[in-house]
Amino acid sequence: MLHPITTSHYLVLSVALLLIGTLGILLRRNVVVIMMSIELILNAVNLNLVAFSGHLKTLNGQVFAIFVITVAVAEAAVGLGILIALFRNKETVLVDEIDLLKW
Amino acid sequence: MLDTILFYSFALLTLVGAILTVSLRNAVYCAISLVASLAGVAGLFLLQKAEFLFAVQIVLYIGGITVLFLFVIMLVNLDQTAHQPRYHRHWLVPLLATAGAGALFVAFLTKGRGLLALPAPRPDEAGGNIERLADMLFRDYLVPFELASLLLLVAIVGSVMMARKKV
Repeated sequence: MLHPITTSHYLVLSVALLLIGTLGILLRRNVVVIMMSIELILNAVNLNLVAFSGHLKTLNGQVFAIFVITVAVAEAAVGLGILIALFRNKETVLVDEIDLLKW
Repeated sequence: MLDTILFYSFALLTLVGAILTVSLRNAVYCAISLVASLAGVAGLFLLQKAEFLFAVQIVLYIGGITVLFLFVIMLVNLDQTAHQPRYHRHWLVPLLATAGAGALFVAFLTKGRGLLALPAPRPDEAGGNIERLADMLFRDYLVPFELASLLLLVAIVGSVMMARKKV
């Protein structure tokens, strides 16, 4: 029989999403996909905040999730702008070919 | 009962979308899978009775950020990357690091599971989710709220500066 859903279920799901996002950041070569993985990680954080907000019966977690979403939007906008500038100069979006800071 | 089924279906949507996002070859398909994953998270928000965040997730993430991603994918020519390997040459170390972090999380979650027993439910305050959220946002969190608007302004100016023709 199916168990009722508790906060632990949400935490496990959030951890899984976080780990998938981490793998995407560390393994993929394409910068666009790496930024998508960052969005996945921020979504895992939001899921965690909302789950604890429901667990503790306060709305503080949801307010924090709103702020996290704000920062995620700002990060995505600036990051994609940087990416376009980078592509214009280097003609590549693969992270291991962007090695100007390497010696 | 219905909650359980809905939770598992949304969780499945989220996880499958996330796995496809990090594993598909074509970046456009990655963005589409990201939409699926974000929609699953939106459904989970709705299950947690966070209606405002559900709407924000749909409008901002699915309607805004993924469209931005798709625009950038179209702008940068990704054809030559489609035939190159997707993953780094050094794939073992990130895999081991992530597995270690996962083991740590699993250990913490199993150890602290007893602490997650629900407290006695407080009586629900008057008003729906959005009203109470607005009260809290404009009363207790007014200064961070205004700072967030400043951050958004800086981000707008910054992204326009970055994407300009001559930097």
